[in-house]
Amino acid sequence: MTMLIDFALLFLVIIIAIAAVTLKDLLSATLLLGAYSFLMALIWVGMQSVDVAFMEASVGAGATTAFMIAALSRMTRWEKK
Amino acid sequence: MNSKKEEENVVIETASRIMIPFIQLFALYVITHGALGPGGGFQGGVVFASSYFLYIVVFNIIEGKKRLPESVYTTLSSTGLCIYAGVGLLSIILSFGMAQYLNYGFIPFTSHFEKNRSLGIDLVEIGVGITVMAVMVSIFFDLAGKEKKDKGE
Repeated sequence: MTMLIDFALLFLVIIIAIAAVTLKDLLSATLLLGAYSFLMALIWVGMQSVDVAFMEASVGAGATTAFMIAALSRMTRWEKK
Repeated sequence: MNSKKEEENVVIETASRIMIPFIQLFALYVITHGALGPGGGFQGGVVFASSYFLYIVVFNIIEGKKRLPESVYTTLSSTGLCIYAGVGLLSIILSFGMAQYLNYGFIPFTSHFEKNRSLGIDLVEIGVGITVMAVMVSIFFDLAGKEKKDKGE
């Protein structure tokens, strides 16, 4: 059962990472990176490293997403070809 | 970031007004319980700063600068660094050259050595938390703050 949850989380992380890299919409890519950080935090908890999971959830999903959205407010939303 | 007056939303403003004190309380809990469990000064400072991010995103950046001016967060960042470095320096001075480098037990907060040590660790965490909060908020202001000429958009 734990193995199943681990593999499901890994599958979701890989899907979200590929989607965040390939998207042309930068706001969606930023929010997908936030979701990626939350799933990585769940994986860290599964590996019994709660401190790293806390770091990933606070810095990766909270602060970095806010910084990227703040940077996006000064540029265009769509990636130029 | 929306500086127009007509773009304000009552639901979002009320929800964030309720949420922000609890986020800050949780950040203080994380800072003070960093020695026992997961967490610590850095994570608590980031959580505390993200409450300010929520305030700045929901209200505009001018309101955020009114709530936390630039003079306050630059002062707070250096104050936290002074607390962080001062505790270590104080423990070096107060151990009277016994080569007890950064042993916080020698700072006379109380009469117990172990209590002194845990209080010193807590003080270091508080210093780290203050500095991280102030620096994160200053980075966010620098990233989100627009120049004077396109303030209207």
